[in-house]
Amino acid sequence: MTATSAAPAARSRRRIAGLPYLLLLPGMLWLGVFFVVPMVFLLSQSLQTGTLETGYRLTFHFATYSDSLAQFSRQFVRSFEYAFLATVLALLISYPLAYAIALKSGRWKPVLLVVVVAPFFTSFLLRTLAWQTILNSDGLVMKFFRGTHLIELTSALGWTNGSQLLSSPLAVVTGLTYNFLPFMTLPLFASLDRLDPRLLEAAGDLYATPLTAFRRVTLPISMPGVVAGTLLTFIPAAGDYINSQLLGNPQTAMIGQVIEGYFLRINDYPTAAALSFALMFTILVLVSVYVRKSGTEELV
Amino acid sequence: MVATLPSRVRANAGPAAARRRRSPWAVLRENVVWGVAVLALIYLLLPNLVVVLFSFNKPNGRFNYTWQRFSLDAWLHPCAAPGMCESLGLSLKIGVVATIVSTLLGTMIAFALARYRFRGRTGSNLLIFLPMATPEVVMGSSLLTLFVSMGIPLGRTTILIAHIMFCLSYVVVTVKARIAGLDPRLEQAAADLYANEWQTFRRITLPLVAPGIAAGALLAFSLSFDDYIVTNFNASNASITFPMYVWGAAARGTPVQINVIGTAMFVLAVLAVALGQLAGRRRSR
Repeated sequence: MTATSAAPAARSRRRIAGLPYLLLLPGMLWLGVFFVVPMVFLLSQSLQTGTLETGYRLTFHFATYSDSLAQFSRQFVRSFEYAFLATVLALLISYPLAYAIALKSGRWKPVLLVVVVAPFFTSFLLRTLAWQTILNSDGLVMKFFRGTHLIELTSALGWTNGSQLLSSPLAVVTGLTYNFLPFMTLPLFASLDRLDPRLLEAAGDLYATPLTAFRRVTLPISMPGVVAGTLLTFIPAAGDYINSQLLGNPQTAMIGQVIEGYFLRINDYPTAAALSFALMFTILVLVSVYVRKSGTEELV
Repeated sequence: MVATLPSRVRANAGPAAARRRRSPWAVLRENVVWGVAVLALIYLLLPNLVVVLFSFNKPNGRFNYTWQRFSLDAWLHPCAAPGMCESLGLSLKIGVVATIVSTLLGTMIAFALARYRFRGRTGSNLLIFLPMATPEVVMGSSLLTLFVSMGIPLGRTTILIAHIMFCLSYVVVTVKARIAGLDPRLEQAAADLYANEWQTFRRITLPLVAPGIAAGALLAFSLSFDDYIVTNFNASNASITFPMYVWGAAARGTPVQINVIGTAMFVLAVLAVALGQLAGRRRSR
């Protein structure tokens, strides 16, 4: 569709040779110098030895990778566990929300969309701090958990420690899920909004149960939104350390926290760079596997 | 509340709903979908309500985490928290400049990618995608190694460089989507009416793409204004942005004034979006 619509415009414009390159140049140069080149510097930094005071030399010291990953394997794995949990939870929460807004809200659709986007407009640090207020020991949520003895269940499962909700894995995952929820809801909404309700009626006329209609019509149509939403949630969640810092405890530390500490406080640049590069590499591998897998599912 | 919603929905849907066969399962499913949706909306909005509510609090200690009593102090003296208004000013300045530069560069890239077939197009698309697929902590730390290795002092310039970098891709994606959705017949009609390329672009294409550019700029500003992680890696003690101030406050003690700023931002943004939608509706009429 884009090929046919762009063709006449492209034909009429072919006279200005090199115009697309002129349009691209400044922005691409910016990305090249301040995104690609830094990645090379980061890789190089991770293979250097020395200290910040005496200077670093490139010695191809690959042991930094094995040493730092062995030392921080817990935080590394935990980051991906929490990101995975937050992504699944966000998908389970967002799907009905996006479905309701796209297909059932009628003329309230624009209002509800604003409601979904609105939280974006308050600093996310402030909103994460607000969870400290919501979950603290004098709060209503805590009273509910204590009153229903849910807190004993979550403690037994290791989701909370002792008699509080804050400073726990539960609080960190709650915060992560919350912070990236709009990133999941909006792509889901975009793909569900394209669903023609008559398709579902047709499925019903052909004796499909609502469940079958959902599985065979709604879900396949929303798959691009599911893939985009899960990527937009998983990637930033895996690198996040705001939630684990503000809502967690030392036992919930994620790899971003370690990287930040080693760069900005301990000033051990090679270790921090190695962890940072390993995080990037792992995410890229996971994402490309996931995109390929979901691509084939879409074809089926 | 949950029980009343479906009936309202049914009333909205009107005759279409009456035609549809309604099994008990369908009724239940509609309830479940709305029930979860309402809970999700509460989950999304609860922290904002807390931010607004606690901007009227008068806390006993340094931390504004538990409700004590109603007070307008923070609203009447928003700059009373030392250093906060300076950090807010810096964030606004960086946000405005980053928005202008990234919107300009991003719109140019969007036009090139949406309108032309050329060598290196796939590679360009990949370079646009990669920054969005990179965790902030990696982007921030890699830029830090660049600046430190090159001996470039950290400060507002390095923050600005970083912000333009990560805003760029989002502007490109937003504007590109708008260009791709344009009706090509409008431009063809202009050409039929003897408009030259520049006239067609200025009188037809640009006004049609403008909402996309505005959306990209708004997105860029909110990304820049709200960024903590990348900023923190590329800032100095002399360049404290508002998110950095809030982060510091979380450890030192949170002044009520940060909630005032959060509330004001929220109200302004919602008003802007509402006005934008009203304007859009009037134009489409």
